[in-house]
Amino acid sequence: MFADIWLVINKDIRIEWRSRVTLSQVVPFALTVLVLFGFALDANREVLAAATSGLFWLTVLFVAVVAVQRSTAIETADGARRALLLAGIEPSSVFVGKALAVAAQILGVEVLMVGGVLVFYDATVESLPLLLATCAVATLAIAASGTLLGALAAGVRARETVLPILLLPVLAPVLIAASRAFDDALGVVAVDGWAWLGLLAGFGAVNALLGALAYGPLLEET
Amino acid sequence: MSIVALRGAVVLLGRFPALSGVDLEVDAAEVVLLQGPNGAGKSTLLRFCAGLLRPHSGSAVVLGHDLRESRPAVRRSVGLLGHDTALYDDLTITENLQFLARASRIELEAVGSALDRLGVSARLHDVVAGRLSAGQRRRVALAGVALRRPELWLLDEPHAGLDQWGRDLVDGLVAEAAADGATVLVASHELDRTLDLATRRVTVAGGAITADVVAAASAVDPSGVQSNRGADVC
Repeated sequence: MFADIWLVINKDIRIEWRSRVTLSQVVPFALTVLVLFGFALDANREVLAAATSGLFWLTVLFVAVVAVQRSTAIETADGARRALLLAGIEPSSVFVGKALAVAAQILGVEVLMVGGVLVFYDATVESLPLLLATCAVATLAIAASGTLLGALAAGVRARETVLPILLLPVLAPVLIAASRAFDDALGVVAVDGWAWLGLLAGFGAVNALLGALAYGPLLEET
Repeated sequence: MSIVALRGAVVLLGRFPALSGVDLEVDAAEVVLLQGPNGAGKSTLLRFCAGLLRPHSGSAVVLGHDLRESRPAVRRSVGLLGHDTALYDDLTITENLQFLARASRIELEAVGSALDRLGVSARLHDVVAGRLSAGQRRRVALAGVALRRPELWLLDEPHAGLDQWGRDLVDGLVAEAAADGATVLVASHELDRTLDLATRRVTVAGGAITADVVAAASAVDPSGVQSNRGADVC
């Protein structure tokens, strides 16, 4: 199982590295969105500071939509999904591998985005462990939900427009919990960030379990 | 033991009965030509035999596995060449086949020999699949099927897009597979080529088998009109 998961991660990351979509399109997109949010709220620095966490995670959700669409497209192009089924890889391994590959890409973008909010929004980090843990757990939750819904949308016409409609509402709990935990990590609001992180972990675990169970039938039916 | 045993098999694509009660029995080492007009159900029949589609009714056993219960087991033992090539555009030819080999638990050394067998030039091995011509992609896809050395080969228009040399290679590959004891189902409109390969030809129309002829290749009319000269109608 672990060999198959690694095989899928390796394939997806290699494809991503070769196509350079994350580097050449997603990163500029994410940084542009952050800057535009900054322009929109810059007149009121207090509002910008208070909204930093929410704007960060909203941008991450946009990035996730692009990353998941790309990950899904890899398997829908030229019947590649059929090859996965015929190769005999367990669908749950495909799910975990693809979700981890998406998570790795989103995490890479988040690193640059954290730098972006520190520079553009003049934010300061008060709890680095909480910030790192929030990024890791929220990103895994986003990747698990996205990979599952990406497989669901793969069988639908106009999947590019269907995916955001499906994904963004489902990720609303992540947006809320990750923003609260980030508020604590950035010292913006005095909340218990670790408690929100626990909620994120629960959400991620449920979605990962659902994905591992449902990915096989979805892979076959779409 | 029959390699393929279908009795009244019905397959729905949405609500449309793409296969509407197929009866087909294929034994080991047979080379069966599936012929019929566009939309007859040939490609669906191949995908069904590959374990990619669920039977709606009837019975379907492939390689000893019931397609209602154990389609994953069937998939591991078949090789399917469909209309698409199932290659990742951003991986090189070698990376594509190495991925397939690792996933199928096949030694990586087999990749080079499969590519050589299909006449894929060594200078192309490190070229990404997205830069290949349609014919080159077809050859690599066929190399992927050959790599797995399946018990059941399911080939959908295997000559499509290939040059003369490539077509000869496909014919050689099919003959070699059958000689090794594998069973081959070929859907094709290129009867001038496939009639010589086939030990039997099955006509599909409207999602059902309408004729099933076992024939010596030399006794078959290349025009595609069924001839029973030296042949037994099943």
